[in-house]
Amino acid sequence: MLELKNVSFNAEAQDGVKEILKDVSLKIDDGFVAITGPNGGGKSTLAKIIAGIVNPTSGKILLDGEDITNLSITERAQKGIAFAFQQPVRFKGITVNDLIRLAAGKEMDIGEACDYLSQVGLCARDYINREVNASLSGGELKRIEIATVLARGSKVSLFDEPEAGIDLWSFGNLINVFEKLHETKGGSIIIISHQERILNIADKVAVISAGKLKAYGAKDDILPELLGVTKSACSVLTETIKEAD
Amino acid sequence: MNISNTEKELLKIIADMEGTPEGAFNIRANGALAERRVTENIDIKTKTDRQGIDIIIRPGTKGETVHIPVIINATDFNDLVYNDFIIGEDADVTIMAGCGIHNCGEGESGHDGIHTFFVGKNAKVKYIERHYGEGDGNGKNVMNPTTVINIAEGGYMEMETTQIKGIDSTSRNTIANVEKDGTLVIKEKLMTHGVQRADTDFTVNLNGENSGANVISRSVAKDESFQIFKSNINGNALCSGHTECDAIIMDNAKVKAVPEINANHIDASLIHEAAIGKIAGEQLIKLMTLGLTEKEAEEEIVNGFLK
Repeated sequence: MLELKNVSFNAEAQDGVKEILKDVSLKIDDGFVAITGPNGGGKSTLAKIIAGIVNPTSGKILLDGEDITNLSITERAQKGIAFAFQQPVRFKGITVNDLIRLAAGKEMDIGEACDYLSQVGLCARDYINREVNASLSGGELKRIEIATVLARGSKVSLFDEPEAGIDLWSFGNLINVFEKLHETKGGSIIIISHQERILNIADKVAVISAGKLKAYGAKDDILPELLGVTKSACSVLTETIKEAD
Repeated sequence: MNISNTEKELLKIIADMEGTPEGAFNIRANGALAERRVTENIDIKTKTDRQGIDIIIRPGTKGETVHIPVIINATDFNDLVYNDFIIGEDADVTIMAGCGIHNCGEGESGHDGIHTFFVGKNAKVKYIERHYGEGDGNGKNVMNPTTVINIAEGGYMEMETTQIKGIDSTSRNTIANVEKDGTLVIKEKLMTHGVQRADTDFTVNLNGENSGANVISRSVAKDESFQIFKSNINGNALCSGHTECDAIIMDNAKVKAVPEINANHIDASLIHEAAIGKIAGEQLIKLMTLGLTEKEAEEEIVNGFLK
């Protein structure tokens, strides 16, 4: 179980200190949690705080009851936190196979590595020996990034907007990946997403807005309200347009 | 083969040689011929006027490999050789050269090789050269290879030059002349550490119509080491040339890149690129989120870069 206790994060901005996260407390049990909310609300910062890339200004992070707030990125990874970046990193010379092998933390045969690629809808044979460099498209990189998290098989799998850059045709496949991960593997899956279809397969949904946890609970409780707001906003808009006509 | 274990190790590193290789070969150890084999299509002759050998590949020879490693395990030893490669028309061969020094003394050991290639019409050559040094003492290992390449009409040469470890000082000079429809590809990989110094200088003259060159260098400079990369492509006809230097700089190392292109013909199309920088922070972070320490992440990035 992952627990955030009163996590705050301040960043230096041009006009003084900006509060990015304000006193966020969140318990994430085993299962699938989607974190959503408007752009700039602090979701990605929260993910980076969990992975150890950013240190909170105050507050604690606990993994299975152990305080990991002061542990490094490496130590947290070794304790079972896997993180798929929103914008995957490119490397000159490191191949897709290298990255998957490093993620798995063991030597593996090509067949095993290929399985992870196939799961994210990449024809493994075409990709396994390619360099993770600028010759790959954004969507391809994104799927390789997801495959590395699958290969890690960690207690906590954290994905920052995995759908960004993935084409419409592959999106259904992506949903299957998360559903399968959820079914076959214990632990927590945390996905930051704006996509209704991803929120729909979550057990719980957390809403982060303006640095605060606005809502957190079972999907069935949170989602109708969340989508209701959007839909009513849309209908207002439609009415306005009709009136204008 | 009548050679020591140290020499066997060196041969394995520089020439992938375990036991006697297939095909033609010439092993030079501490300035003298250790062993040679010629084949029906590939002749190797000792020069009579100076140190060195002529490697003569008969026209039309296909798929054969020649190994010509040089090993030195003496201290205070300096070797200078002239090797000429005459590659017949339509041949398609691989040449593996390499120099390994094991200097366990206090003195300086060195090897200066001057290799001249004559690539015949429509011939295709892959030339692989590795430089490696090691030692238990404080002796310096020095290598100054010079490569002269002449590519005739429709010829193709790919030169892969690698220096990963143990050479304290090196000045590498390559000059190439490419004729009509000829192509030259150079791939350099270089890593320096400690207080090593490496100078690289490539000059390519694209003289013939439709000739082309691609010079790619990837290097890593660690500790207090210093590298200078110079490349100069002269486009003297309708041709295309590209030179690229990509360096990772670490610790207190210094790297200087001087790419130069000269278009002397209206239809010469030339590009140069050079980039020097430290390892990107986000690359380290990404590998650390996979459970690697910062040091391990750095190693993976460097190894991948030079692969």
